[in-house]
Amino acid sequence: MDNLLPELQEIFRDVFDQPDLVITRESNASTVEDWDSLAHINLVTAIEQKYGIKFALGELQELKNVGDMIDLMQTKLGKG
Amino acid sequence: MTNLDTLSLQDLLTKRKGLRRRLSEQIGLQEIRIAVLGGSTTNELVDLWEIGLLSSGFRPTFYQGEYGRYYVEAVHDPQALIDFRPDLVYLHTSCQNVQGFAPLQCTAEQLQGYVEAEVGRYQQIWNALGTNVGCQIIQNNFELPPFAMLGNMDAVANGGHSSFIMRLNLAFASAAIADRKLLIQDVNGLSARVGLQRWFDWERWFSYKILNSAEASLAMARSLTSMVKALYGRSRKVLVLDLDNTLWGGVIGDDGVDKIQIGRETPIAEAYTAFQEYCLALRNRGVLLAVCSKNDEKIAKQGFEHPDSILKLEHISCFKANWEPKHENILAIGRELNLGVDSFVFIDDNPAERAIVEAQVEGIAVPNVGSNVSSYAGIIEAGRFFEPVSLSAEDLQRAEQYAGNSQRASFESKFADYGEYLDSLEMTAEIDAFQAVYLERIAQLTNKTNQFNLTTRRYSLADIESIASDSQYISLYGKLSDRFGDNGLISIVLGRKEGSAMHLDLWLMSCRVLKRDMEIAMLDALVERAQAAGVETLLGYYIPTKKNGMVADHYEKLGFIQQPSGASNPDASVFALPVAGYTPRNSHIKVTELVHG
Repeated sequence: MDNLLPELQEIFRDVFDQPDLVITRESNASTVEDWDSLAHINLVTAIEQKYGIKFALGELQELKNVGDMIDLMQTKLGKG
Repeated sequence: MTNLDTLSLQDLLTKRKGLRRRLSEQIGLQEIRIAVLGGSTTNELVDLWEIGLLSSGFRPTFYQGEYGRYYVEAVHDPQALIDFRPDLVYLHTSCQNVQGFAPLQCTAEQLQGYVEAEVGRYQQIWNALGTNVGCQIIQNNFELPPFAMLGNMDAVANGGHSSFIMRLNLAFASAAIADRKLLIQDVNGLSARVGLQRWFDWERWFSYKILNSAEASLAMARSLTSMVKALYGRSRKVLVLDLDNTLWGGVIGDDGVDKIQIGRETPIAEAYTAFQEYCLALRNRGVLLAVCSKNDEKIAKQGFEHPDSILKLEHISCFKANWEPKHENILAIGRELNLGVDSFVFIDDNPAERAIVEAQVEGIAVPNVGSNVSSYAGIIEAGRFFEPVSLSAEDLQRAEQYAGNSQRASFESKFADYGEYLDSLEMTAEIDAFQAVYLERIAQLTNKTNQFNLTTRRYSLADIESIASDSQYISLYGKLSDRFGDNGLISIVLGRKEGSAMHLDLWLMSCRVLKRDMEIAMLDALVERAQAAGVETLLGYYIPTKKNGMVADHYEKLGFIQQPSGASNPDASVFALPVAGYTPRNSHIKVTELVHG
């Protein structure tokens, strides 16, 4: 988790093209500007490509914020 | 401009927003308005296409229809499209959008009806777009279905989905030939190249109605970018080629023309030959070839006079071989051909040359082809530099010369006898005394041929070189071509004269030309030369090994008579043939005139 948050922040900055964007475990679609459904697809695709993981159907619907995403990624990356 | 090919898929996907912003800051971009009507969600594809266009000199404005409403938007409710005033409409549909696959139990006629109904729906869309917006249309054809429900029969049975898609794609092709404003994007080919397993992405389909993977989106975006460039006359026109280790193996100035790798004699030579064939195929469809090489011009040109060179000097529209920097030569080529260097593609195995040319010549494409000749053509192909949207009358005339080749397709497989079959192969042989260009191949063949090899004697290159210049020997090589291509140098016979006898130290042939009567043609040539040299008897030897059983009766089949074994080599069988009164026997292979007699 210590590594993933800063890495995810980089991805978020790239995807939203906001170099100063700061995200926390509590960030979600309502706290990040431009985080709409299309941006969500872009984020998920970017994360899947970078980490070579694949989210299964339904897994993403249950996530409430970035923290949940990090926990799910850690499970998939075998660090959970 | 950003070179998209240097960015990874991951970078493109993640950084697309920033890329778009930076690329949009360029000035002098050509405006283009593109409407995309999709049978699936097209945003990712459009994002990547947009970046491709921005980096190719266009400033696109996109209109994206709502997913799945392509038919309605084109036919019944076109006002939004009309108001957008597109220069181009891209209709992106997939096998998932097929409305009526033919039922499992149906006749060929019924299948045809189902295909026509499906095509009819698209024809209606294309016609409506023609009437309402009248612009260029790009319609993709379809990838094969994700599941072959009938297994292998899916491609055969009237009710197979694969079978249906293939017919649909053929019908799309016919429609495009009849309609100049309809272009087909070959998603069927693209998806096959990427691989269907990597093409479909079911999580994205069920979640977002994106049918394909990000990798597939990028492949489609690249192909669409090249189509737009072609439509606006911005496809590239000239392939500029380095020589040493690009068009042939080796350094012609150091090694000499005899030693460069080209032809059929080694795997490396084959690979360079294949690349030259690829370049020639590009030229035959209208791409100009130019040479830019650090070389002595006279020596460099010898490479094209090599008997195995596919490319001849007449194929090269502009030839620069000298010691000036390559970027200066390329600018000179542009002036001589009167073409912008931004329509050039430069191919060189040397990364340093690639780097300087890319940095110094504005707009030139310098794909990183590496230094492995087997990969060159695939890398050029992947760059989609020379995309045509139509074939000009001139291109087609040129193509007519090749129409004869298509008769090969109707090659009859029924023959009255084996001789008729051999005649149908239209074989041509070149049989001659050893020549400098072939000595390496000859030495190599003596060392690797095990089956059709009467004595299995191995020779070094030095041995072969000394034999070639020794008047005691009659040395022959044979090359064989047929209607399907050139088999290269495939046979060697070596006779050593001793008094009135000629000992056949070596007789070998490559198994790829077995049972073609090539050995008979070789014997004819051998006897002719033996007679001229005053030989009365040919003495052939068979030394059995574990592998050469197939030639145990070789000499008897050629009419030699077995002799008592010599005391010196009791393992060898000896066979004799008097040359007096010998009449040539080959009747199926045309032997070309011997230049070096």
